[in-house]
Amino acid sequence: MKKHLLSAADLTREDAELVLATADEMRSLADRPIKKLPALRGRTVVNLFFEDSTRTRISFEAAAKRLSADVINFSAKGSSLSKGESLKDTALTLEAMGCDAVVCRHGASGAPHRLANSGWVRASVVNAGDGTHEHPTQALLDAFTMWRHLGPRNGGTLDGLRIAIVGDVLHSRVARSNALLLHTLGAEVTLIAPPTLLPVGIHSWPVETSYDLDAVLPKADAVMMLRVQRERMNGGFFPTAREYSRRYGLDGRRMATLQDHTIVMHPGPMVRGMEITADVADSARSVIVEQVTNGVAVRMAVLYLLLGGSEPAVGTTDGADA
Amino acid sequence: MTSYLIKGARILGGEPTDFVIEEGVIRLAGVDTGAGARSSTSGDLETVDATGLIALPGLVDLHTHLREPGREDAETVLTGTQAAAMGGFTAVHAMANTEPVADTAGVVEQVWRLGREGGYCDVYPVGAVTVGLAGERLAELGAMADSAARVRVFSDDGHCVDDAVLMRRALEYVKAFDGVVAQHAQEPRLTEGAQMNEGELSGRLGLAGWPAVAEEAVIARDCLLAAHVGSRLHVCHVSTAGSVEIIRQAKASGWNVTAEVCPHHLLLTDELATSYDPIYKVNPPLRTAADTEALRAALADGTIDIVATDHAPHPLEDKDCEWAAAAFGMLGLETALSVVQETMVDPGLLTWAEVAERMSYAPARIGRVSDHGQPLEDGAPANVVLYDPSVRRVVDAAESVSLSRNTPYAGMELPGRVVATFLRGKPTVLDGKLA
Repeated sequence: MKKHLLSAADLTREDAELVLATADEMRSLADRPIKKLPALRGRTVVNLFFEDSTRTRISFEAAAKRLSADVINFSAKGSSLSKGESLKDTALTLEAMGCDAVVCRHGASGAPHRLANSGWVRASVVNAGDGTHEHPTQALLDAFTMWRHLGPRNGGTLDGLRIAIVGDVLHSRVARSNALLLHTLGAEVTLIAPPTLLPVGIHSWPVETSYDLDAVLPKADAVMMLRVQRERMNGGFFPTAREYSRRYGLDGRRMATLQDHTIVMHPGPMVRGMEITADVADSARSVIVEQVTNGVAVRMAVLYLLLGGSEPAVGTTDGADA
Repeated sequence: MTSYLIKGARILGGEPTDFVIEEGVIRLAGVDTGAGARSSTSGDLETVDATGLIALPGLVDLHTHLREPGREDAETVLTGTQAAAMGGFTAVHAMANTEPVADTAGVVEQVWRLGREGGYCDVYPVGAVTVGLAGERLAELGAMADSAARVRVFSDDGHCVDDAVLMRRALEYVKAFDGVVAQHAQEPRLTEGAQMNEGELSGRLGLAGWPAVAEEAVIARDCLLAAHVGSRLHVCHVSTAGSVEIIRQAKASGWNVTAEVCPHHLLLTDELATSYDPIYKVNPPLRTAADTEALRAALADGTIDIVATDHAPHPLEDKDCEWAAAAFGMLGLETALSVVQETMVDPGLLTWAEVAERMSYAPARIGRVSDHGQPLEDGAPANVVLYDPSVRRVVDAAESVSLSRNTPYAGMELPGRVVATFLRGKPTVLDGKLA
């Protein structure tokens, strides 16, 4: 693996499969009475969050703590950032204090890239979501969830599986990272959205696109619904929330056209009644809650692999005899 | 006043010629170049060995940001004109987006006077079209035209005069004093929050797109307006292949439209944004390789009349940050001629005589500057640049004489070097250094 995880494109198929396999080991910890490993004892992980994101931050925090790392949470609110301190000065401060990994969430696309490549910090940088660019650990946890559910009936891989990603692709870092990673892992991705919410130049992405959700659903092995922010209506991307829901929302009627094995996913937070109805979100097909559990395991795997874990992280019995 | 004997210079790339610069003018005829050569007047005569150097008329930039008054941390009239001299320029047009805005006779006269006092390069202030660049009502264009600065070029550069009625009135009004409106063509609604060229890369990088159509739609409208009211339009920093086609049609129709291209749009492409380094953030943005090709061809065939630098200094902190937070703009004065050699002369698209047309004669004509942009003939004002096209250099931002360091060419190897610049017979640069 590279030193930083900035984009899903940084991962080769081999890298991605190593993350999934490592995450699988990490996930087995969840069944143990003591859910903690000594792997990153003495290492410091900083969660540098310039944007509010409770779920992603606590997921990274839980992951680092379960690996025994020291965790520092640094968020824009209540820190010098709200007083106008620059990204550079924040980075230099962290560097001066000493840290091994910086998990960065930022509203500006490319900010983690700047952090990693400007010589401001020596630590590994993990992109925890930057603007409308990427969110690679979300894509890894999504792939991990698909792999656990669909892998066993597909030779243990995602090769040839049909994944439908529906919603605001234009502004979605989740869609970008998923399109790249799922392609790397051999899946066939279709992005479904109104034409106003697909970026210019999407023809160059390794995906299919469609404006017609009903045509895609019956063939899909997994359906991922993206959050649609109501503010987008102000930009005139679509006429009304109701019209959006009618054309691109996943409701019980549409769910009935899915194959029996097809799973329904959502990166959260959901807008129930907008892109997904409550009955679908709470149905047996929904793996939305499990995505959260898998998020911790995948982020443990990423931190472990980036911070130089070459030995197996999880012993065959428990840590003491391994 | 010292006189100069320039030996062996190739005027416009022609045969080696000797000429004398004395009393602020060029003497070509009857030059005594022997060992005992003396100035015909009482002063000293200094010999400059110009073997292998190209002599061009002093360059004229129609689009420079000198930042003074208001942002003296980025550039001053003095440092900006020093950078201009180092780039071979003897005249620059200083854009109006200062603080306060150059929208009154007082501000344009201040900028004009600061240029005179510095003595490195003549400064022709550009007047704002609208009060405070706000795009709401016309500034006192006539007062600026009648001031000591004799303003002829008016622009809200940095902002587009997007109101069609206001643009029409501006085009009409400046006819009274033979002015020209230089439009920054950018449809504001299509470019809200825009960060880079809209295309394949903006989608991939998650940076809000600046579509070509936002430039082209305004240029098309302005060309039609200029034709309708019979006025002069100048199009700033043309950046797309589509804009070139619209301007080509306007010229074919006989409309009074001129256009400029910036050196960076001739050489650099949007691929550079993949670094997320805002040193490459500029407005209009770097476009695709196909656009740079079209711009080069248009500059070669005359569809685009001139090269203008859009020299835009910014302090380090405005570029040493995340892309979206960074300022738009890049330095250009000191590297313009090298970039034109690299993109136009070396590939055989322009001769040195045509470079003189596009970087000196034509911009002086558009700006109605009578003291610059004249052929290097006997008796002409001695605004001269001596340029060595044979060397190559790696651009080092630290060597810039500008107060700012935001050159996108740092670390790149470019051809050529300005050896000397003369402003009305007085050297502003000698031996490649400020004189």
